[in-house]
Amino acid sequence: MKVRVPGRPGDRLASLRRTGPASAWSVGDRIGLGLAWIAGISLCVVAATIVGYMAWKGLQFLHLEMLTTSPEASMDQSQSGGFFDPIIGTLLLTVIGIAIAIPVGVGIAVWLTEYGRPAGLARAVESGIEIVAGTPSVVLAIFGLLVFQQTFMGLFSFTAEGGAVFGRSFITAGVMMSVVALPMVIGSTREALNAIPRHVREASYALGKDRASTIRRVLLPSARSGIATGATLGMGRIAGDTAIVVILLGASMTITPEGGFLGLFRGTGSTLTSYVYNNSPAGEGNAPEKAYAAAFVLLLVVLFLNFVVGLISKRSEPKWS
Amino acid sequence: MEAASLTDAPAAGGREDDRTDRRVELTLGALASAILLLIAGMVIFVLLKGMPSFTHNGLAWFGAGGSVDEQLMNIFNSPSDPDDYVYHLRAWPLLYGTALITGVAVAFSTVFSVLASIFVVEFAPRRLRQVIEPVVRLLAAVPSVIYGLIGILVVVPWVATHLISESSKESVAYVIQLDGTSILVGIFILVIMICPIMIAIIVDALRSVPDKWIHGARALGVNRWRAMRTVSLRAIRPAIVAAAVLATARALGEAIMLSMVAGSVGFAPNPLDGLTFFLEPARPLASTIVDNSEGLSVEPFGQTMYAFAAILLISSAFLSFAGWAARRSFSRYTLGDR
Repeated sequence: MKVRVPGRPGDRLASLRRTGPASAWSVGDRIGLGLAWIAGISLCVVAATIVGYMAWKGLQFLHLEMLTTSPEASMDQSQSGGFFDPIIGTLLLTVIGIAIAIPVGVGIAVWLTEYGRPAGLARAVESGIEIVAGTPSVVLAIFGLLVFQQTFMGLFSFTAEGGAVFGRSFITAGVMMSVVALPMVIGSTREALNAIPRHVREASYALGKDRASTIRRVLLPSARSGIATGATLGMGRIAGDTAIVVILLGASMTITPEGGFLGLFRGTGSTLTSYVYNNSPAGEGNAPEKAYAAAFVLLLVVLFLNFVVGLISKRSEPKWS
Repeated sequence: MEAASLTDAPAAGGREDDRTDRRVELTLGALASAILLLIAGMVIFVLLKGMPSFTHNGLAWFGAGGSVDEQLMNIFNSPSDPDDYVYHLRAWPLLYGTALITGVAVAFSTVFSVLASIFVVEFAPRRLRQVIEPVVRLLAAVPSVIYGLIGILVVVPWVATHLISESSKESVAYVIQLDGTSILVGIFILVIMICPIMIAIIVDALRSVPDKWIHGARALGVNRWRAMRTVSLRAIRPAIVAAAVLATARALGEAIMLSMVAGSVGFAPNPLDGLTFFLEPARPLASTIVDNSEGLSVEPFGQTMYAFAAILLISSAFLSFAGWAARRSFSRYTLGDR
């Protein structure tokens, strides 16, 4: 284990900083230094511009009643309706996606860190996770469409007369969204499990617990904040994904439940992302004011999730000595 | 390391416990293997579904020839009799657009990310460092549709009024209309989108360079910039490659933002047009799929879209795998044992 010297991360350089001012450097080095500064500062400027601009436009166009009224079809989109349905849609989809991703992701992470045998399979799964993480969400979306349009999957969306399965619903979109969130959940759960030192496990074995109950009673509770971080990151990804929504949730602006058992989940709808996309000049609605307002709400959601990640990682972890 | 030795821990308790333990291991192992099944399923199903488009065109599928948008339109309007399905497609403009936008964006953002990472790790004052880290996380978290919205409502009009002159418009008027949606805007915003991924990986790698190495260089009288460039950057080359590769995979799959700002025209920008080249529109594969999601139920058209998806899936899978392998070898051989 590496012994950490107490102090700030950048401290190792504090003593070095005294050795010669940058003005004594050669021209090339000074240009490099300047470029590094420009790169760093421009990152901050870009981020500040995006957030500032969205806040300015958003507050300008956002009215409270927009949050509680459903979208309406009308000639002048800028005057009618709000985005209540898209907000509910985002919420619903995020919940479905993460509810699937957490158990699956935690299970895979536990297997990788605690069992991981045969080693070849573990390596293959590890690289598989990277591949899933790198798969474009468009591809996931149309793969999902392919799977859920099979006849026996009719339960998850709805079947038109003549037996064609539509394949588009909250469930189908949620399942593919869980694949988007999965790598995040696995990644941070693994990190948390790896951070638990060996003697904790050994202590549990010494008390007569087998591996399965050690995982359930000792390891998972200690990894809780890691799991929460991964879940929150995953929720951010789900809330921000557009391609899966456009392709797998259907094009209806309002939430349209299907009849029967779990009708809402089998119905189609929209989310904030698809609402923004449709109301941008690239979509059919073309009402930039409403796109700005909805995008601002979406940005707030994402920033909030980001903030939660910060909070979780700051909260005191169990201290292992 | 740790986990491997743990697996040798004897399962305490009697036979009953032993069996539960085994069952848990098998269940979780099956769950993990499902990932591999998912990937295999994706590759097989998408490839099978897209196959007719490849078989009807042969290798010419990848070539140039005619207007790709017209061909797609013809495929979409195929007669309903399966024997008369139209498959004729020359996908070059889409492939070229994908490669062009991705390649240029990744090249730019590699340079930018390396500089920014050096700044974060070495030169940033403590206060600024504390700001930049959340900023990078934020830029990574902003949904692509918001980038696209800002792009289409702010950057595109700006480019249309300030960068596109009448003469450049006229010079290409006979092939394409310049309205501000262009690969320039697409690349610019894509750089902002993929930088955070690269910076996160490169910063981690730079931090893992042993202090001793830098101290050694400094003791020889090398200044801080040179020490970074000649010691740290050299040491983390595999990580930079991994970052670039993973960013490429991400850029390949970017659909929404590019379909909003890059023009959504199946046009191959012509480098012979000089600087106007960057103001010409294009449409990568991923955007093509999203733009045409309504037509997926038309059989031959859907098959063509799945052919695009197969190309994307296979190339991004290779890239992700390469990035994973590069990162893995980096942590195992270079700096793992500090």
